[in-house]
Amino acid sequence: MKVVIMGCGRVGAQLAALLDAEGHLVTTLDTDAYSFRRLPPDFNGTALLGNGIDEEALIRAGIEEADAFVAVTQGDNRNVMAAQIAKHVFNVPRVICRIYDPLRQELYSTLGLEAFSPTTIFAQLLKEKLVS
Amino acid sequence: MYIIVVGGGKVGYYLTKALLDEGHEVLLVEKNVTICKNTVDEMGSVCFRGDGCEASTLAEVGAGRADMLIAVTGDDEDNLVACQVAKHKFNVPRTISRIRNPKNETIFKKLGIDVTVSSTNIILEHIEEELPTHSVTRLLDIRDKGMEIVEVKILPESTTVGKAVRELSLPEESSLCLLLRKQEKPIIPKADTILQSEDRIIAITPLESEEVLRATLTST
Repeated sequence: MKVVIMGCGRVGAQLAALLDAEGHLVTTLDTDAYSFRRLPPDFNGTALLGNGIDEEALIRAGIEEADAFVAVTQGDNRNVMAAQIAKHVFNVPRVICRIYDPLRQELYSTLGLEAFSPTTIFAQLLKEKLVS
Repeated sequence: MYIIVVGGGKVGYYLTKALLDEGHEVLLVEKNVTICKNTVDEMGSVCFRGDGCEASTLAEVGAGRADMLIAVTGDDEDNLVACQVAKHKFNVPRTISRIRNPKNETIFKKLGIDVTVSSTNIILEHIEEELPTHSVTRLLDIRDKGMEIVEVKILPESTTVGKAVRELSLPEESSLCLLLRKQEKPIIPKADTILQSEDRIIAITPLESEEVLRATLTST
């Protein structure tokens, strides 16, 4: 599977490493080259400097042939915008994005984006750990 | 009309002021506490401190009854989300977004934003107008009809100098509306009007014929 990951932070880099280890073709995109230090030394994928809300950067990252796109930058709005470009402009079959703000996540989920809120998920998890 | 403006930078500030002067009910949503305070000190309670991309903020400012939301922050992605939240969560009838990157114009349209205003394009067009070698200036986009009004400068070296309008093979549906000539009153061009160097012609044309029109009038 060809996957483009926008944002090479802790989550982005770890996801890239996991998919790469399983033999998937991974391209990771970040606006700061320093972020690529998080990728493991044996990473076989591509690390590309660029902004995921820029169509040209996405094309360079191979979004036109990608099977999946994941947006995990720190900015909710950037993730939302990039994910919508991937879905509605490039028709990527599977698009997932992270939205910290639970309200925004709810809204974009109803609009058809596959969006996860780590805030909601982690709060829920903590509550279950504490109460059960 | 009740209008919500998101982003209190230079554009947001002057926009809020202008809309208030026109008698609208306006609320500026701005994250920065100092900007909020200054705005309130100057214009009264027309500024709400908060993130205009957040549904909870928009709920607090009564987006449900807003007639329009205008997002003019400096970040395209923030403007997009503010407009989408307004549109889809609060059914705001009209959303206008400022865009910095001209490439985002088509994307925003596709994602349901009613109107986009590209500050970069506007500045570029205005600067181009002032370039002596630039022959065509777009004056008005009648986008929903696929037409535009342009101004074409007849350069001294152009082969159209000395020709009558009837001799030009203008693209279909393009028409010359007005001819502006130095020290003369504006002329409505007729078939026998002779073009002169330095003439400025206001023409209306379908978008797709702009290039042909330009080539016809400015060929050298």
